[in-house]
This record gives sequence, C-alpha cells and structure tokens, in this order.
Amino acid sequence: MKKFGLLLKREYWEHRGGFLWTPVSIAASIVAITVLGILSAELFSTRARINVGFSLDTLRGHIDANDLFDAGRGLDMAQLTFAGIVGIGLFFVTFFYLLGALYDDRRDRSVLFWKSLPVSDLETVAAKALTAALVVPAIALAVATLAYAAFVAVVCAWAGLHGVNALPAVLAAHPFGMLLRLVATLPIGALWALPTVGWLLFWSAYARSKPFLWAVMLPVVALIANWWVALLGGPHVGNELTLAGVLGRLLFSVMPGSWIASSGSLGAGLHVPLPLGDDPLLAALVPAHAYQALTTWNLWLGVAGGVVLLAGATWLRGRRIETAT
Amino acid sequence: MSGVPGAIVHARALTKRYGASAALDGVSFDIEAGRIVGLIGPNGAGKTTALKAILGLTEFDGELSVLGFDPRRQRSELMEQVCFIADVAVLPRWIRVREAVDFVDGVHPRFSREKCIAFLAHTKIGPGLRVRELSKGMIVQLHLALVMAIDAKLLVLDEPTLGLDILYRKSFYESLLADYFDENKTIIVTTHQVEEVEHILTDVMFIRGGKLVLSATMDEVGERYAEVMVGPDRIEAARALKPLNERQIFGKSIFLFDGVEPSRLAELGELHKPSIADLFVATMKGTYA
Repeated sequence: MKKFGLLLKREYWEHRGGFLWTPVSIAASIVAITVLGILSAELFSTRARINVGFSLDTLRGHIDANDLFDAGRGLDMAQLTFAGIVGIGLFFVTFFYLLGALYDDRRDRSVLFWKSLPVSDLETVAAKALTAALVVPAIALAVATLAYAAFVAVVCAWAGLHGVNALPAVLAAHPFGMLLRLVATLPIGALWALPTVGWLLFWSAYARSKPFLWAVMLPVVALIANWWVALLGGPHVGNELTLAGVLGRLLFSVMPGSWIASSGSLGAGLHVPLPLGDDPLLAALVPAHAYQALTTWNLWLGVAGGVVLLAGATWLRGRRIETAT
Repeated sequence: MSGVPGAIVHARALTKRYGASAALDGVSFDIEAGRIVGLIGPNGAGKTTALKAILGLTEFDGELSVLGFDPRRQRSELMEQVCFIADVAVLPRWIRVREAVDFVDGVHPRFSREKCIAFLAHTKIGPGLRVRELSKGMIVQLHLALVMAIDAKLLVLDEPTLGLDILYRKSFYESLLADYFDENKTIIVTTHQVEEVEHILTDVMFIRGGKLVLSATMDEVGERYAEVMVGPDRIEAARALKPLNERQIFGKSIFLFDGVEPSRLAELGELHKPSIADLFVATMKGTYA
C-alpha cells in the first residue's frame, strides 16, 4: 500500500504544474475577475453617482424568503460552475498527461531508471490510470471548493459594505451538501473515464513517436473512412452516431461530468424529493440520480473496453522501451 | 536450475536477433557470486543486449536465469535483488533529489535511507535540487548513492561513467570498491574505458559480433597471455611462435602471445603481463575493417 501511494505521489511530483497549479490558476482567475468586477462597479457607481443595474443599496429593504431561496440556489450553481470551469481546464491536463505517461520516460530514457526498481508494469500502469481517473479530479474539486469559499467570502464582504447581510443567502445555499454530492460523483466519473484513460495510455505505451497522432488521428480517419465507404455503398457501420459515440467515448470521457449528459441521468424520470429545487443540472447530481449511470450499458461497456486497453498498455510497457528518437 | 551451483547468472545459447542480424548469437556463460565481471566489446558487439536480457528488458531465445529468476517473467521480483545504472542520462530530469530518495525508499524493500543520505553528505548535492540542475558528474553521484544504499546481490553497470571527467570516473570506481562491493555481491560492468576498470575486475568477457571470444578470470588471463619486448635481432624467432599481435614502441617490437610457455618467451626478451586494453585491441583486430 505504501508502495502504491509512492507511485501516485511520483505522478503528482512530476505533474504538479498540471494537477495543482492549473486548477489553482483557473480558480484564482475566476475569483480575481469577480473582485475586479466588484471594484469597477463600485468605482463606476461612485463616479457617476448613479445606481446602475443591480444595486445592493436598493435591494437592502426588499428581500423576502423567495429571494433568499433563489440567492441560495444561485450560490449552489456558482459552486457547480467553479467545479465545471476548473473541470474544463482539467480535461486538457488529463488528456496530455495520459498521452505522455508511458511515452515521455521512454523518449528521455528515464524508463531505464524506473524499470531498475522493483515495480511491476501492472503497478505502473494502474497508478497512472488511477491518477488520471480519480486523483486529478479530486485535487481539482478540492481547489474549486476552496476557490468557491473565497468567492463567497468576497461577495459577503462586498454585500456587508453596503449594509446587506448576505449570511441568510449563504445559509439558504447547500455548500456542504453540494460538496458531498460532487465528491460522490467522483467514482462515477472515474469509471466513465476508463475507456479514454485506457485508449490514451495504450497509444502512449505503443507509439515510437507522436502518440498524439495515433490516439487522435486514428479515430478521425476511421470516422472519415467509414463515411467514405458508406458513400461508395460498401460495408460500414450503419449508424454514424454509434461510431462517433464510440470514438467520442475513447477520446473525451476524461472530461469531468461528461457522464451526466451521456448517461441518461440528466432529466431522468425519477421521482425523488429534490431539496435543491427543480434545476435539471442540480438534480442530476442527487446521488439517487447520479448513480443511475451505473445501470447503463454505456458505462459498463466503456469500463470493459477500458480494462482491455489498460491490459494492452501493461503488456506493451513490458516490451517497448525504445522510441524513434 | 542446472549449471554451476551458486551461479548468479546462468546463460545457455542466449540469442537475440534484430531482423537478419544477430545481436547475440548463441552465447553461453556463468557468472558466480562475488565476482566483478567486465563485459568488453566494440560498439554493436551485443554488450548492451546481453545486459538488457539479464535485466528482463528485452525478449530473447535461449535459456537464462538470474538469481534463479526468469528475467522475462519475474522482472519485478528480480529487481529487488538487482540494481542497474545505464548511463548518466537516465535519472528523470524533473525529479528532486529528495523525491528520488523518498521514491526508492518507498518502493524498494532493501533500500537504506540512512546509507543513501550518508553517501550524499559527501557530495555537494542538496536535497531540494532537481536532476536537471545537477552536472553529469553529480547525477552519477546521486545515482550511485541510490544504488549503493540498496542491499542487492547483483549490480549491472552499462557504461556508467560515459562522458564524465577523470575525477568523477576515478571516484566512481573507488567508492564502488570501498563502500559497496563484498563477497556476497556481484558486479557486471561494460565500458569502453578498459584501462580504468581492469585493475578492479576479477573476470573478463570479450564479446564480438554477438559471440563470446574470451571468458576468463584475470588470473587465467595472466597465465595464458604474455607480452614480450623483443630486440631487432630476435624478431624472426618471435614471429615463428605465432604471436597474436605485434606493435612497435621506441624501436622495439612488442609481441603478444597466447598460450606459449613462459620459459620459451623469456629467451626472446623481457616478459610482461599484457594489459586488458592491449589484449582487447589484439583480439578485436579487424572488427571495423
């Protein structure tokens, strides 16, 4: 267990820039933009001596329970937005991490150092897969949550300066419930990501040069070839959506939250009380909804394909050491 | 496993082909515990391929057992007992010294953190430095500190001092002998800098074109080969004894003989023990022709 922990740490050490500082800089930018927006609004309204648009001063007197509920839900959406935007940045980090994970050390020959230690190829590949599927999203969620807390603090302070007590709105939100829900979706996201994790690691272990071309061009060429063959009336995958769907699963499943739209849990006709209101996105995160993804063929076929690809990557890792350069 | 009891490496008909050419062509040998074996050969002779086979880094035909393990199938068990320094360039450039020590400590059951830190204390390598910030010589010091802190049975060195200056090269082999090697350990080393290792070797193997052309202990080499410095009047007599090699220094001819009785050679002139480098050059004559 200690050994596997070290293998995960090693990935973090090598990719601290991508795993930690990328989400930190994205989240910090959002908070910074918020602060800048507030400052420029303040500056503008002071100079012009008029109230433009949304004014806290006029708002102060007329807040009722409904407004509070809306404000709370707005904050919940903001929390989700933080996670979502950080997640988009994370997609690129994870994608290129996986493409390089079993290739870069072969190119610079440091694979000879890693292979001089008693670590099996299976352990190596498993550590890299787990890093991409679970560790990186978990770090990003932690960063997004801290940034959201900073954002709430900034907004509260601003409202306080104008004599508005924002605490009731914060209390109307569900920061901890939201966090728990997001944490609970991490395992679903990890299972959903497996085909992409496997696909990218496979080509990373296979390529003697340019793993990106193998991993990305191959599906694109397959798609075009299929379309071409279909045009000529030859044997092809009839439903182009199916082929595109499969290829999309191979390339884009590490996108955090991509399972929500594709797994059918969005807007699923489940009748459970929704404490977060009827917003479909928030509703999709309710565990009873989210875990419906585990009942779909799409998810489990992906898991099966991912495991096969990971086995292939492990096999290749034992046999390919040299690269073309 | 058959073969010499106590053999650390046991190879029979070891063969590795790349397309039509054979990097290893039916090589057989045994390496016993407590030896320091120099695997010496010209570029492309198959040295690195042989080491890779021993380390389970390549597929091959034939029979090979290392410490009783099959390197193809039991690589991770094997690597608990075997250490390996390829050349100075293989430590990952992004890693910090501290992280490298932590990592090996975490994954290697036979690693001693105290020993490693003690070795590093003799160098200028700080724990916060990244490998890319170290000089070549310091990188090999770091690698050596990591490896010497592992209580392994077999250490494989593939051109470990390539590109280092003479100070680092000397101290590399000195610390290896003084602080690491003992009768329970075995070292296999390949290098082109034959002069620098020959005084530490106990055994030598010459490899050429994928075949072993010489495999002997240093004592056997001393008994079998002799160099004689011959004056101009005795040259014809010396040539009649079929020398392996002939070269000129300061107007005298130096002949290298294989298996000729020392008493007969003494009549020709002054007898010397040949250096491994001279023996190597004589044996490999015509390799690149």
